[in-house]
Amino acid sequence: MKSWRQPSILPGFGLTLGYTILYLTLIILVPLAALVWRSTGIGWDAFWALAFDQRTLLALRVSFGAALIAAAINVIFGVVVAWVLVRYQFPGRRLLDAIIDLPFALPTAVAGISLAALYAPKGWIGQIFAPLGIRIAFTPLGIVIALIFVGLPFVVRTVQPVMAELDREMEEAAATLGASRLQTLTRIVLPTLVPAILTGFALAFARAVGEYGSVIFIAGNVPYVSEIAPLLIVIRLEEFNYAGATSIACIMLIISFVMLLIINMLQMWSRRRYSNV
Amino acid sequence: MSKVASRYRDPASETLSWRLILILLAVAFLGIVVVLPLVTVFYEAFRKGTGAFIAAFDEPDAIAAIRLTLTVAAIAVPLNLVFGVAAAWAIAKFEFRGKTFLVTLIDLPFSISPVISGLVYVLLFGAQSYLGPILKSQGIQIIFALPGMVLATIFVTFPFIARELIPLMQEQGTGDEEAALSLGASGWQTFWYVTLPNVKWGLLYGVLLCNARAMGEFGAVSVVSGHVRGLTETMPLHIEILYNEYNFAAAFAIATLLALLALVTLALKTVLELRYGDEIAAGRKH
Repeated sequence: MKSWRQPSILPGFGLTLGYTILYLTLIILVPLAALVWRSTGIGWDAFWALAFDQRTLLALRVSFGAALIAAAINVIFGVVVAWVLVRYQFPGRRLLDAIIDLPFALPTAVAGISLAALYAPKGWIGQIFAPLGIRIAFTPLGIVIALIFVGLPFVVRTVQPVMAELDREMEEAAATLGASRLQTLTRIVLPTLVPAILTGFALAFARAVGEYGSVIFIAGNVPYVSEIAPLLIVIRLEEFNYAGATSIACIMLIISFVMLLIINMLQMWSRRRYSNV
Repeated sequence: MSKVASRYRDPASETLSWRLILILLAVAFLGIVVVLPLVTVFYEAFRKGTGAFIAAFDEPDAIAAIRLTLTVAAIAVPLNLVFGVAAAWAIAKFEFRGKTFLVTLIDLPFSISPVISGLVYVLLFGAQSYLGPILKSQGIQIIFALPGMVLATIFVTFPFIARELIPLMQEQGTGDEEAALSLGASGWQTFWYVTLPNVKWGLLYGVLLCNARAMGEFGAVSVVSGHVRGLTETMPLHIEILYNEYNFAAAFAIATLLALLALVTLALKTVLELRYGDEIAAGRKH
């Protein structure tokens, strides 16, 4: 009979694996199961009606739409930032590198009130745009700004290590063979970075979809316009509408799991690509 | 430093002017997106003078919020630390079927919205749940009380330490432990004197990140807190209340504390990366 684990002389496997599974089950799996179980108690028709009413659909659209735009902007600037940090030497590079992680470390509520103050019509950035008739805070545009803030490190930190490992001889060979720098970058460098960029995009997107703290202060939270899905869950909970909250949460969870699956597949794909080189 | 100014033109690199443009673009982008919000926190906190700043802390509710934040982190972080070490030992030192799946499950909280992380506990322990009436009859309150807030924080920071330790311990293999065991050390001795010293910097790195998130968590804790002033308000929740009362100076004053925590975390993290880069599974961060 083939054993499910390889023999080892190290002790403690049963204890540590048992504890890991117990803790995981109690903290993560049972509560999640409670969510799924409660949603089945709602019944199909009621669930459908709750999940696809106008306000929920629009909230989901705001969440996913803003997350998509923010992740796309982060990919463009994140790749530039990573490239500058990996390839160029200049004073202050270390500091710039360290600062990338600030959105990870800064509590979301702090980021939220600060961004709201910054982009409000009287804030430092808001007052530049106010005379042009552009309002950023308290509109969907503000949501995108907040999501750019939270998503940036995901793109930079995913792309950066891959860039650092790039084989410069390939670029030199391309240059020797007469390729312009732009040709080398778009045809040699960029294709190798695609898996990392896609992973970074997916991570930033996944984080942005569920983001709550940094968004609610700057969003304005107007139903049907600038209301994100996590906020709608909170509102339903405050109305004691548990079925409503549960159904929105279920839809978001399903989409998150699909995202997780895609991220894992991207990582497997990129690993295969690199191990073949 | 001199590479930018170098006259030599490397054909496998961008021209000097392009380099400068890209550097300026990166600096401008990070300046607007990351640095300005940080500066704003301190600017707004002191805009009404140091008196208003200090007054924000001279308040029982603020002190209670700080104390609760520290309490929640002091319970949640050690629990996740024990879990992280146990999970890393089982996953990194042994080969068994279903390992990849287990790692995926550990990463799960990262892809769940903080609001949902709080909601699941409300559904499990709240007054409307099946457990709710039983808990109530026993006089146990979980939701809208400390236990719920600790649980939500544990959920959100669940993977931090484990996912820092697993790749690190995998990289180190089992050779050291096997040597110690064959020389007669007990299992505990091996762990305590061989494994732990090998991973101490990675462990500290994970604890730092876990703690920063635990103290700063907003969405998950907000859902289970019930917002009882002075009782179930952590610092981020207190900031929200002050902000919604248009008491901006006080809100930003409390926010500076959390911003300082973030800066200290970043500084320590950078020092760890520079000094012990090889000993903290770099390259697989976050």
